Amino acid sequence: MTIPVQDLLAILPELVVIGTACLILVLDPILAASKKDLLAWLTLAALAICLGLTSSQMTGRQYAFSNLVVIDSYAAFWKLLLYIVTGLTVLLSLAYLKAERLNIGEYYGFILLALAGMMVMVSGADLLTIYLGTELMSLSLYVMAGLKRTEARSLEASAKYFVLGAFSSGILLYGISLLFGLAGSTRLSVIAEAIATQGTGNPILSLALVLLAVGFGFKLAVVPFHMWTPDVYQGAPTSVTAFMAVASKAASFGAFLRVFVEGLGGVSADWSILFTVICLVTLALGNLVAIVQTNIKRMLAYSSIAHAGYALIGVVVAGRQGGGAASTGLASVLLYIAIYSFMTLGAFALVGMLRKEGQESDNIEDYAGLAKREPLAAFFMLVFLVSLAGIPPTAGFIGKFYIFMAAVNGGMAWLAVVAVIFAAISAFYYLRIVMVMYMREPEGAAASHSRLETSPALSFVLACALAGVVLLGLFPNGLWSLATHAAPLLK
Amino acid sequence: MTVPLSYYLLLSGFVFLTGVVGVLIRRNIIVILLSVELMLNATNINFVAFSEYFHNVAGQVFVFFALTVAAAEVAVGLAIIIALHRANSSIYVDDLNLLKR
Repeated sequence: MTIPVQDLLAILPELVVIGTACLILVLDPILAASKKDLLAWLTLAALAICLGLTSSQMTGRQYAFSNLVVIDSYAAFWKLLLYIVTGLTVLLSLAYLKAERLNIGEYYGFILLALAGMMVMVSGADLLTIYLGTELMSLSLYVMAGLKRTEARSLEASAKYFVLGAFSSGILLYGISLLFGLAGSTRLSVIAEAIATQGTGNPILSLALVLLAVGFGFKLAVVPFHMWTPDVYQGAPTSVTAFMAVASKAASFGAFLRVFVEGLGGVSADWSILFTVICLVTLALGNLVAIVQTNIKRMLAYSSIAHAGYALIGVVVAGRQGGGAASTGLASVLLYIAIYSFMTLGAFALVGMLRKEGQESDNIEDYAGLAKREPLAAFFMLVFLVSLAGIPPTAGFIGKFYIFMAAVNGGMAWLAVVAVIFAAISAFYYLRIVMVMYMREPEGAAASHSRLETSPALSFVLACALAGVVLLGLFPNGLWSLATHAAPLLK
Repeated sequence: MTVPLSYYLLLSGFVFLTGVVGVLIRRNIIVILLSVELMLNATNINFVAFSEYFHNVAGQVFVFFALTVAAAEVAVGLAIIIALHRANSSIYVDDLNLLKR
């Protein structure tokens, strides 16, 4: 048996990522401790190569490995986004790992392995590949969450993430096995055909739908499958949290949309009702619980839950309407997640670098008077928070605007109104941090010791995130046309 | 005489539910891990039963992948549990309460 060359060429970006990950794991023990930075630059070089390779896969639709993998503009959109956020994560880890004295070379290997899993997820055309990609991503992230091996909080986060992640993938896999029983194949296109010919009334199909929704719900961190998120985001090293909040959410949305649109598009009427409920409780709980948080990482965790809720509006509209409204709805989801990535990454980059007496400080109290001590950092945080709240002229406003317009044009104006109300509530907890930074004096001696640990790489990350937030807010057309080009078709 | 498909599905459903209930009510992480394995094995029963029913080997291929993933998951999981035991001297989920509610 031979593997056709064109199949290998189709997955060349994945091969480069996995090859570099293996190379890093081999190089790590033989490199001197002072030269571990080399591994980060190696990672960035691999990402740059992949960026070039994937940009050439933007058009057309090519299947590889007997229809297990599909290379299309949809996969390319997510992959390009994943390269950018992974590259920024690597750069911010460079400074973060030093500040935390985590001199671990295999960190970059795990980042690349997780990235490889995410890439397989977004270009899987068969539930088998999508499941394998999800597991590769999750297993790498479980380890990364517990990377501070001496700190009980990090290990606790890792254990909680592992238990709930393994539980959710068991549920996902059971749903997949039921779909296999229904269609006789795990290929998304065959499943779609089977649903079209057999009709939608089958109770096994409904059960499989619910199990898949639960399995993906855990990965997307939507209510009521969100309970791991605040604990894991708080306990994991902040650079890993940034990676989880951004890359893993983007990849999960990529695989989730592919499965429900291309595989289960025939029952979109059923799943759109399910996701309407999930969307509403996610918006409500995410935004309301974020208000009472005193830890900024937990607050950002609830904020990321709420943002998944906004993105789900686009999915609900697509499922309800079909046709033209569906592709606008799905494109707005792609746009929203891309914009969300920049602002959340920027916010976490700053959170990771604010320290008090050498220790990471993540209480909102520690931000009191930051504007006086670190005016530039406070300004960056201000922009990210304003964008997260969705206030113009930032990108966060554009993302919400397209989502809400899709809802209004799709005849679901009531959903847009509910979401706007929750967006207004969210402004309260985002702007509370702005108020703490700008209007409050630090209380006592302890808070005045908190300062920002900067480095050229971190400044570059912050500049990129800021540029993303500001430029996408002013000129969203380029990204929007990319998203409409990439959005999958709901038949 | 062949065993009808529905028997297999009932068995797998029962095993799966046992696993789900185990994850939800047991407090020892190793027992939770075992319960997750039950869930995964219920899936494997499904795949093999459907594969036999459809005369389609794709289901059995899926089982090989699922087994491999389950093994990798156990390896990572046990490593995490050992590290947790070193730091906390406990592997009960009730003692995992350092992170704020």
